[in-house]
Amino acid sequence: MPANTKFELKLGAPTREAFGRTLAELGKENPNVVVGDADLTKSTMTTYFAKAFPERLFECGIAEANMVAIGAGLAMSGKIPFVSSFSAFIMTKGFEQMRCLVAYPNVNLKVVGTHSGISIGEDGPSQMSMEDLALACALPNFTVLSPADEVATRWAVRWAANHVGPVFIRCGRVKAPVIYDADATFEIGKGVELLGGTDVTLVATGLLTAECIKASDILAGEGISARVIDIHTIKPLDEELLAQAARETGALVVAEEHLMDSGLGARVAQALAKHAPAPVEFVGLTRFAESGSPDELLDHYGMRAPDVAAAARRVLARKK
Amino acid sequence: MQKTSNPAELAGICRQIRRHIITMTGAAKSGHPGGSLSAVEILVTLYWDVLRHDPAQPRWPQRDRFVLSKGHAAPVLYSVLAECGYTPVESLNSLRKLGSIYQGHPDVRFIPALEASTGSLGEGLSVVLGMGLAAKLDNSPTRSYVVLGDGEIQEGQIWEAAMFGAFHKADNVCAIVDNNRIQLDGFTKDILDLEPIAAKWQSFGWHVIELDGHDIAALQAAFAEAAATKGKPTVLIAHTVKGKGVSFMENNPKYHGVAPNAEEIELALKELA
Repeated sequence: MPANTKFELKLGAPTREAFGRTLAELGKENPNVVVGDADLTKSTMTTYFAKAFPERLFECGIAEANMVAIGAGLAMSGKIPFVSSFSAFIMTKGFEQMRCLVAYPNVNLKVVGTHSGISIGEDGPSQMSMEDLALACALPNFTVLSPADEVATRWAVRWAANHVGPVFIRCGRVKAPVIYDADATFEIGKGVELLGGTDVTLVATGLLTAECIKASDILAGEGISARVIDIHTIKPLDEELLAQAARETGALVVAEEHLMDSGLGARVAQALAKHAPAPVEFVGLTRFAESGSPDELLDHYGMRAPDVAAAARRVLARKK
Repeated sequence: MQKTSNPAELAGICRQIRRHIITMTGAAKSGHPGGSLSAVEILVTLYWDVLRHDPAQPRWPQRDRFVLSKGHAAPVLYSVLAECGYTPVESLNSLRKLGSIYQGHPDVRFIPALEASTGSLGEGLSVVLGMGLAAKLDNSPTRSYVVLGDGEIQEGQIWEAAMFGAFHKADNVCAIVDNNRIQLDGFTKDILDLEPIAAKWQSFGWHVIELDGHDIAALQAAFAEAAATKGKPTVLIAHTVKGKGVSFMENNPKYHGVAPNAEEIELALKELA
């Protein structure tokens, strides 16, 4: 397989690590940044903030609903609170509080879900979040971010702190391949075309972005030119870039570590139905997973470059 | 508005607030009069005597905060805000109508002077605890108050928040349980008994004051005791009567969520003259 010289895809920090480090930097820069955690500081990586600014870290114990509402109260008093837990817990147990206390009155709370997707690994389905993007996108006023690597995560966390309004950021547990140069710049709501291509477009978010880059190599070996787009902002979605890709390549694959019925894929399909109908295939989850190493699980549940390439062949067969 | 500590004057204001509650829920033909009437003395004592607030500067950073966690009692809050001068008295009867600032439950989008939108029960205690933490970080004298329904404390989040408040020594927070003993489906003792309420809060580490929630002097003393209590938050278990002030509504579960009809409005206003 010809290596794609543009991307080395060396393993970088987990996105949760980048979140934690950036949060500690923000704590130094802005005394209004405060943090809530639910007995997982060493996992969500708010531990760096906790060590540097213990008086601004509110340990809420294992009580996510209360934590979200405490965060809302802090925000209503002018603070910039980040509340964090495993995505599986904060988005489900804190959802009603996000709906009524944060989304509806448009309160300036930042919610960070870590250990998202199945790549949390051995802990198994109770800890795996595969519906968090659906839940976050269901909340009006929320901006929803799903960074692919440490560089994009640093930007996402800084953007969230500077934005007035609710934000959800999805982070992962495992080391994420580095996609972006350290000085890369991002724009909210704008997808990033990582690779040009004319036959098919691979649309990805989070860990699956690196898999799509690898898939483009596989497809190139078969003479198929694949465009690769990273969607770091799930909401608002870059409908223009996606419609353009649909018009120019005529077929798309959407890949995500999320239920395929209700995540990025569903949103892309809706956008294309509005602006530029085209065949789309989906790489994602359809059922609860199980324990295993992250690598084994990504293989077993079909979330790898060969799975993306197979989906690309399927969609190309449907292309008129 | 003219603030006052005089119980007789405060009682007069309470009568006016009750008249508003009857007329506005009557005009809306829906709403929650019973739990609004039970909380009148609590809110009037807070807004006219206890809270540091200024209707001319609703966003004054060092103001005290008030959150009506039992948001369905919006008519009492709206009547109080209007009589304080935050919002127009003339349009109170637009309650629950399309476009009215007096929405079915308190909504900050329509009344920026509100501290929080409420209506989903169980959440307001956490919110004022967050406000209390913020005030401590800012070395602000702000105190934060929340009125909870007794039925509302069946929500699990209340007890998450109760644990949090005591652990974080939130002595600038005061919760008031409007213990009117009735919820939508009937008497709390028959739905999901809350007793022993005071012992529950005590065991969670709160300073507990039990009192008659319609006794203005007792409320004044309790709020002063709460402010003087350091190292732990205070909860007032305010024993109240649902529908208080209107004989046929008192202690009657029907008026939790049913508005008075034309005849009942006339009778009620006669009693509240």
